[in-house]
Amino acid sequence: MSATAEPLDLARLRAEAVERGPQFWRSLEELADTAAFREYLHNEFPRLAARFDIAPDRRGVLKLMAASLAMAGLTACKKADHIAPYVDKPADVTPGRALHYATALSIGGYGFGAIVESHEGRPTKVEGNPDHPASLGASDAIMQAACLGLYDPERSRTPTKDEQAMSWDAFLGEVAALRDEIGNREGAGFALMIGPITSPSEAWLIDRLRAAYPRMLLCVHDPLAADGERTALQQVFGRATATLPRLGQADVIVSLDADFLGEGPGRLAHARAFSSRRIVRDGATTMARLYAIESTPTITGASADHRWAVRGSAVPAIAAALAARLGLGADVNAPVPSAALDAIAADLRKAAGTGLVVAGPHQSADVHLQVHAMNASLGSFGLAVDYIPPPDYRPPGAVSLGALVEQMRRGAVTALLVLDANPAYTAPGDVSFAEALVKVPRTMHVGRYVDATAKASRWHVPLAHDLERWGDIRAFDGTASIIQPLVQPLYGGHAASEVLSALLGEYSASPLDTLRTYWREIGGLDDAAWRAAIQRGVISGTTSAPVVSNAAPVLSSKVNPAGTGIEVRVVPDPWLRAGEYANNAWLQELPRPLSKIVWGNAALVAPATAGRLQLASGDVVRVARDNNAIELPVSIEPGHPEEVITIALGFGQSAIGQVGNGVGANAFPLRAGEALWFLDGLSVSKAEARAAVVTTQHHHSMEGRDIVRNGTLAEYVANPTFAKDREPAPSGTLYPPWPSREEAWAMVIDQTACIGCMACVSACQAENNIPTVGVDEVANGHEMHWLRVDRYYTGSVDNPGVVFQPVPCMHCEEAPCEEVCPVNATVHTHDGLNAQIYNRCVGTRYCSQNCPYKVRRFNFLDYQPFAEGTGSPLAALMNPDVSVRSRGVMEKCTYCVQRIERGRIEAELADQPIADGAVTPACAQACPTQAIIFGNRNDPGSRVRRLHEHPLDYALLAELNTRPRTTYLARVSNPNPALAKLEEPVHG
Amino acid sequence: MPQLFRPRANALARWIVLLAVIGTIFLGTGATFYLRSDFDTGVNHPLAQPVPFSHQHHVAGLGLDCRYCHTGVETSAVAGIPPTEVCMTCHSQIWTNAAVLAPVRESFASGKPIAWTQVNHVADYVFFNHAIHVAKGVACVTCHGEVDRMPLMMRAHPMQMEWCLGCHRNPTPYLRPPADVFDPEWSPPQDIAAMQAALASHEKIDPSKMTDCYVCHR
Repeated sequence: MSATAEPLDLARLRAEAVERGPQFWRSLEELADTAAFREYLHNEFPRLAARFDIAPDRRGVLKLMAASLAMAGLTACKKADHIAPYVDKPADVTPGRALHYATALSIGGYGFGAIVESHEGRPTKVEGNPDHPASLGASDAIMQAACLGLYDPERSRTPTKDEQAMSWDAFLGEVAALRDEIGNREGAGFALMIGPITSPSEAWLIDRLRAAYPRMLLCVHDPLAADGERTALQQVFGRATATLPRLGQADVIVSLDADFLGEGPGRLAHARAFSSRRIVRDGATTMARLYAIESTPTITGASADHRWAVRGSAVPAIAAALAARLGLGADVNAPVPSAALDAIAADLRKAAGTGLVVAGPHQSADVHLQVHAMNASLGSFGLAVDYIPPPDYRPPGAVSLGALVEQMRRGAVTALLVLDANPAYTAPGDVSFAEALVKVPRTMHVGRYVDATAKASRWHVPLAHDLERWGDIRAFDGTASIIQPLVQPLYGGHAASEVLSALLGEYSASPLDTLRTYWREIGGLDDAAWRAAIQRGVISGTTSAPVVSNAAPVLSSKVNPAGTGIEVRVVPDPWLRAGEYANNAWLQELPRPLSKIVWGNAALVAPATAGRLQLASGDVVRVARDNNAIELPVSIEPGHPEEVITIALGFGQSAIGQVGNGVGANAFPLRAGEALWFLDGLSVSKAEARAAVVTTQHHHSMEGRDIVRNGTLAEYVANPTFAKDREPAPSGTLYPPWPSREEAWAMVIDQTACIGCMACVSACQAENNIPTVGVDEVANGHEMHWLRVDRYYTGSVDNPGVVFQPVPCMHCEEAPCEEVCPVNATVHTHDGLNAQIYNRCVGTRYCSQNCPYKVRRFNFLDYQPFAEGTGSPLAALMNPDVSVRSRGVMEKCTYCVQRIERGRIEAELADQPIADGAVTPACAQACPTQAIIFGNRNDPGSRVRRLHEHPLDYALLAELNTRPRTTYLARVSNPNPALAKLEEPVHG
Repeated sequence: MPQLFRPRANALARWIVLLAVIGTIFLGTGATFYLRSDFDTGVNHPLAQPVPFSHQHHVAGLGLDCRYCHTGVETSAVAGIPPTEVCMTCHSQIWTNAAVLAPVRESFASGKPIAWTQVNHVADYVFFNHAIHVAKGVACVTCHGEVDRMPLMMRAHPMQMEWCLGCHRNPTPYLRPPADVFDPEWSPPQDIAAMQAALASHEKIDPSKMTDCYVCHR
């Protein structure tokens, strides 16, 4: 929640930021340093303070003490339980040992390779598949949350007709009736709507369906699709083509509104490639350089060396102006300083084949044409950029949602089957899908939730989750994978291919048979290749070969003028996407990378715009197009472009489940016509209300100490130890050092590599059975994430630099928490871990009070009540190697001690020392940029030891002499010296 | 105003204080003994099972190895309760019509597991690992007692933290050569103390590492 309600004095803030110079700040309120904010910070758990206004009396304390004494020890009591062994144990299963299977998860229809951990048939944890090009062993928040999505008790459980439960056979009967109806008129009157897919076998089934019913209407409805790139490259190459940037080859990257680190099916691979050119290791004196011009704050912009925030409609002019400086077309006026564009163009030309311009997917075809022409003139084809046939299924002749709705309204559609899409929720404001649906007599919906479209349709059939179905899917570069199920469908879901087969009259085709048939007959996989594909998680030889073409660039001379007035920038929510993950509490409660907002969306505005409109964070604004209006609270975001409001999609659903219903506001109705991402002509007015914007950004302030250290590459080359030099002298200690004869577990976090994507936080939640607490508890400061990613701003409020800093437990060698625990529930282990023992903890919270890093979390309520025998499906989600904590217990990052102990036991069974890399905590395993390195500091050959000895290594709050085992590499940026003269660089 | 308390009240108050002190000591001592008594810990109380499986008959009588049924013991945290099909490997050939085996046949036919009553267990927040214990030379019978003399399975040790720590603080006297851990009839040789010391040093068994809380609690 916003810390203070009073409006901010922006003029003073600007002066303040300039005065502070390179110092860091965490929020506008902190920068303003109001009395209310100081009061707010004064409380260790802000917002809890109010509850302690009434001090408990002595008698109450004694009563509670007596009660807790009486109950201490009861926790160990247990009556005889029953053991149910297997009747016929599968050969591979050894109870107590997890199995791992390669599969792929579909996000927006594209594949992300995964290795899923399964405990006696229960999938509990998703990791990335190192062999898969879209994952490379990393994962993101949505992949991590897949297991929660699998067990979600609110997923659809049965086919229904008119809200009455029906059987799958009854649905097949309906399909047979449909086939009878449309069979003798070539499918006329039947419409099939699908979500975005890349699945080769599903595409094959749909093609067969279209051959059988040539007059059938097919609509591919992807609410997050953007056609600019496809249109432009169609014009250049004469066929459908997609861009494949090779960020690992690029020395100079210019992003024109492209969030390649946070968005898109290749984001994890791009993040790995990008960071491989950014990290500063021994002796390295070069780094790639990133210029970002963006229409809303993104993590790509946060990683950039130079960044400009502009309105989205101004990007075409910037693209044209940059192209002109590379000798393409005429110069135009652009909102980025001319000298800056000159410097970027010079830098690009110098890099030549390793220069890369990337256009954002939401930008128009004109921008993509300019960008293609620029990359062509730089000679970057085949080096920093490739072009491939697009992996997604977009058959010619498919109709748009608008055209389909028009046909439905005219009564030309007598039957509609919606397969894995939710158009009743995601349709733009000028397409009244729900109204048109009433005119269709036979309506069927196949989806995971009884969502808005399911409710409006007569028939609904549950769709199987990715972890419980057979299927196939392509990655961003075309590589195909087999999706193999980890469990039988929990709630009777059916695969999309089963529905498509039924439409073809193959009512009893199993998804596995369909898949095997496709890959044997069309994919050419013999049995050995099929088994290898399942085992590895990728099908060899399916990666798309780059298009070889000498197609001449087409220069667009048309430059649409930038709009005036307030522009609404619509973005997909990074976790909820188009709303399909809205019922996933992990994703709802995961702070958004920059705004740190949880459980809802907000109207993000620039400080200057907020000042002009007299808006404070928490004021409700009404954004309206014609009759479609939404109201949502304002959040002032430093670095946001002026006169632009950013609103995230995916929120404000009314029919997805108890978790997602009514969270945030639905921005889809604001869209109309061609305007899907940059909306102008909307009315924006201040409503007479205030609403909470719940964020985690004000909690855990570090009081302006020297927490984040950064410098430029030039500074690093001149003085590699610049970060260490700033280290204050530690104070003395009275305690003897702990002996460290064997392993000394330690972690190094590279702030140059960290892009703030939050994958680590989500992975930690999945691995360690961390509960979600709900919006009210987060507002109270009770969020339970063991690992947080702090976001620091530096520089001006209008265009600040951003540094992300993941903060897990520091595992101090001289841990302040250990000295104050009255019951010895937090103790030191021989390998240097700071252990938290739940069954000893009585909940005094002294340890948290004494922790200078504020990394301890307390169970104020019973966040995960699993009464034995209730059989909640969520109990199956729990990692069996980690205790589920109850109310009144302190918890914190353990360095994933269950993985350390497993590694130790396996090493001892093999009579070997624990090898470097044999133990990887969940956060480090998930990290797309490998910014988190874990290992044994006592091992001279370990990576963590080498990085600990790196000149950039420093400890947080070293002056306290806590001697943390978690240390940081200072952030290094690579600003262009030519621009440094021009203006204050973003970083450094 | 008359006296509120009579002189007798002084004596009464003394008695109450004395009784309270004695009572507290008595209750504390009683609770300490009760919590360690076989009655509370369940030690030496055979439990009823759906099938009266006799370890005495199968281990001492027939000479089955522990690992024939408890297959996970060398590789996994849990030793594992045998699946019904393991029972049926023999009992599809012998004692095929025995009445006591009816639940086994029924389980095999119906696919429904036999619900055995758990005999040995530790608290939910204890993460015990069988594999490392047997690899380091802790025998099955060291914790589970002489199962080869148990017609019905019963708990041989309380499995409380105090009992675990007894060994974790001083493991040497409980060791035997890892090759012999599955032998219930093993008898220690003459030089057992020297052998145990050699084992402890060879297996790098270090009590200072074994008493970290994280060894069992995570």
